[in-house]
Amino acid sequence: QHVRSLSSLVDLPETHEMLRKTCRDFADNELIPIAAKLDKEHLYPKEQVKKMGELGLMAMDVPESEGGTGLDYLAYAIGMEEISRGCASCGVIMSVNNSLYLGPLMKNGNAAQKEKFVKPFLDGSQVGCFALSEPGNGSDAGAASTVAQLGSGKYTLNGTKAWITNGYEAAATVVSGDKPDLSFLHCTLVYWMILVPVFQQTLDAGRIGIAAQGLGIAQAALDCAVDYALKRNSFGMPIAKMQSVQMKIADMETRLESARLLTWKAAMFKDAGKNFTKEAAMAKLAASETATYNAHNAIQILGGMGYVTDMPAERHYRDARITEIYEGTSDIQRIVIATNVFKEYGA
Amino acid sequence: MSGLRVIVGCKRVIDYAVKIRVKPDKTGVITDGVKHSMNPFDEIAVEEAVRMKEKKLASEVIAVSCGPTQCQETLRTAMAMGADKSIHVEVDAATYENLQPLHVAKILAKVAQEEKADIVFTGKQAIDDDCNQTGQMVAAILDWPQATFASKVEKVDGGLTVTREIDGGLETIKVKVPAVLTADLRLNEPRYATLPNIMKAKKKPMAKKKPADYGVDVGPRQSVLKVEDPPVRQAGSKLDSVESLVAKLKDAGLVPS
Repeated sequence: QHVRSLSSLVDLPETHEMLRKTCRDFADNELIPIAAKLDKEHLYPKEQVKKMGELGLMAMDVPESEGGTGLDYLAYAIGMEEISRGCASCGVIMSVNNSLYLGPLMKNGNAAQKEKFVKPFLDGSQVGCFALSEPGNGSDAGAASTVAQLGSGKYTLNGTKAWITNGYEAAATVVSGDKPDLSFLHCTLVYWMILVPVFQQTLDAGRIGIAAQGLGIAQAALDCAVDYALKRNSFGMPIAKMQSVQMKIADMETRLESARLLTWKAAMFKDAGKNFTKEAAMAKLAASETATYNAHNAIQILGGMGYVTDMPAERHYRDARITEIYEGTSDIQRIVIATNVFKEYGA
Repeated sequence: MSGLRVIVGCKRVIDYAVKIRVKPDKTGVITDGVKHSMNPFDEIAVEEAVRMKEKKLASEVIAVSCGPTQCQETLRTAMAMGADKSIHVEVDAATYENLQPLHVAKILAKVAQEEKADIVFTGKQAIDDDCNQTGQMVAAILDWPQATFASKVEKVDGGLTVTREIDGGLETIKVKVPAVLTADLRLNEPRYATLPNIMKAKKKPMAKKKPADYGVDVGPRQSVLKVEDPPVRQAGSKLDSVESLVAKLKDAGLVPS
């Protein structure tokens, strides 16, 4: 087990330190032991998600008055990182429920909608999902072809959604198309559903969650590499004494800490009510590419052992790789960042 | 007996997973910037006290910690686990270096009297000094029965039945209340402080006191001469027969020739 001392320029508030400990202990005791099995057997961690709900992790920034945990996005980012360090799958399930499902509902739902679509989704017994992508469009969200038609007092959806995290297990979904006049077709997913136009904020908030997931994966990969390097002997010494290994570890740690600071900054901007689109994009970009970088180098440091399933390095790589793709590809994040930079320069 | 009032002693110690390093001047171990947490055995005591409350055996659980300001983190963790309120007995960092179980026991005894406690519960020992004295001393000062190394606690008519882990195995005793209990490893598995409870703990009362408030003198009763690493373990050697083992033992003078 590794204990990082907080040598970053910010000392976390006590509440955040306490929740970090709870999440870390939970990840160590309940997630790390089963993560490999979940991955190998393609299992949905229903029991673990329920426990995470009981800890308050599935509705982190829903106000206490409405049954949630009432914490801020910095707390969410910290919780997401610790959970993802244990099991990246549990991390993304937690992120989708918090940011992409509960996020827009809390912002736009009326009392009746919250009663039906928020209340049962707070304690981990049920999860929600967010259906944006379709077989014909991921990045090109504007080309979404799912339509909704209003007739006899209700909407009927028609279309096909694809790549929906929590899609199988979700008891409800937030479906979106791009047109605010809500012309949707009957959907092949059969759930209770409500419809909201896509807001930039929902995606931005989700990006903080996924950035934090990337941090957790990157940390797990770094921990794996350091642990191995200190124990594996070659050329008569632990390989940690070799500069080629040290250079990799240094770069992994530096990129991880940079991505973490970007993620925390985006979360703090959101908590302060500031616009955080550019910050969230930078965080997600940095964290996801760091997750892949760290996992790639962890495999290299472990050598042959990094490639086989006996060690978790190859799973960290597969977990990392998707973070550069979902919730906005790295390419899209770069466009968002550049667009915002030019805006700042008055263009 | 109607709801028992339980005092739980919580010590802030260096986290069990940290690699301890001795200070270069050999006056102690490095604590600056090092991760600290609640003594694991005290966590178990807090958990047991909270469970007693959930079973309606206890009516109030009060966490107490003696030490510098950072001890308040430990107390908030106890409250996040379910303690109703806490008392921080402030001892400055310099004095804390020489704070001993006897000092703490005197303070806990006074707290117990002031709070009209029925049980004083602590971990069996702290993982930094391994003293295993505080609970026992509290019992002696208060002239209360003690049930140490508890691995099971049950309420019965007239008191508590406690199973103790001792060298020879398990011993079950009955103690009248008020009593001192100390928690051993297998008593329970402490709960996670859930996020909602962490938030609730912020609103629970924490009293700030000083040892003088309890009339306890925490001046040092001993001084540390030196702290150093244990000697590095020498490598052993593999031998191929009993004869060569006996020869080596004789050579080393460990067995009469």
